[in-house]
Amino acid sequence: MSVLPYPLLSLSLVLMWMALNSFTIGHLLLGSVIATFASWGMAALRPHKPHIRRWHLLPYLIGIVLIDIVRSNIAVVSIIVAGRRQRQRSGFLTIHLDLKDQTALAILAVIVTSTPGTAWLEYNSSNGTLLIHVLDLVDEQEWTDLVKNRYERLLMEIFE
Amino acid sequence: MSQAADLPLWAAIAVSAFLLLGSALALIGTIGLTRLQSFYERLHAPTLGTSWGTGGVVMASMIFFTVTEARPVFQEILIGIFVTVTTPVTLMLLAQAALHRDRAEANPEVPPWATAGTDLEKDAPGAVD
Repeated sequence: MSVLPYPLLSLSLVLMWMALNSFTIGHLLLGSVIATFASWGMAALRPHKPHIRRWHLLPYLIGIVLIDIVRSNIAVVSIIVAGRRQRQRSGFLTIHLDLKDQTALAILAVIVTSTPGTAWLEYNSSNGTLLIHVLDLVDEQEWTDLVKNRYERLLMEIFE
Repeated sequence: MSQAADLPLWAAIAVSAFLLLGSALALIGTIGLTRLQSFYERLHAPTLGTSWGTGGVVMASMIFFTVTEARPVFQEILIGIFVTVTTPVTLMLLAQAALHRDRAEANPEVPPWATAGTDLEKDAPGAVD
């Protein structure tokens, strides 16, 4: 076992430790010791290590997700404010995913969940189908395209 | 609250605007819990509070403490990250429980089991089946 099995995790832990306490030499040392032990614990728990192949696409992904969260916030607020006069048009949607990487799937789950209006319900890893619930399901193809083309393709480029 | 008096006008306006935005979104999300009809629709309402509801309050807090203590503040970013990352865990748990109940009762509005006889989500995080 190497000294630092997860260098990025260790670095993030040190930064988090110093952000929560203070940026001093003492906390840098203490945080480094804790981060080293934590990454050993992580290595013992889960040997699968995610490989990020294209770093430069990550800021782009974060950017489009933030914009989509703002847009879907506005959409869901208008649905709630419009209230019962609105006709019923929410529904379930099954999407076939080609994405297999566990980390990428976890990130997709965070994206789908944190954009109001779409909720991740169930992923079946044996045949790669994802069941989501959409609050404003007017055009099924539009939502399938959103997940497939906007997020999944980018995540596959980054992770696979 | 003596610090608040030292706040310059532009910062006070920005802090109030973000606070109002965040709390309004959280409030509308809560109202959505009472107004939306089905359980699956109600799953969407609280995510208003966990996305830009949290975001607005976090932004306000960052501006306030960065201006009054004259140093950058990072803790709020961590709060934002952890709220965003942990929301799917709760939401999936609730959704899975609801799906399981509705399928056990053979509710026609819910899609049936994806494929009978396979291990559902054996690799997915948080799946217990």
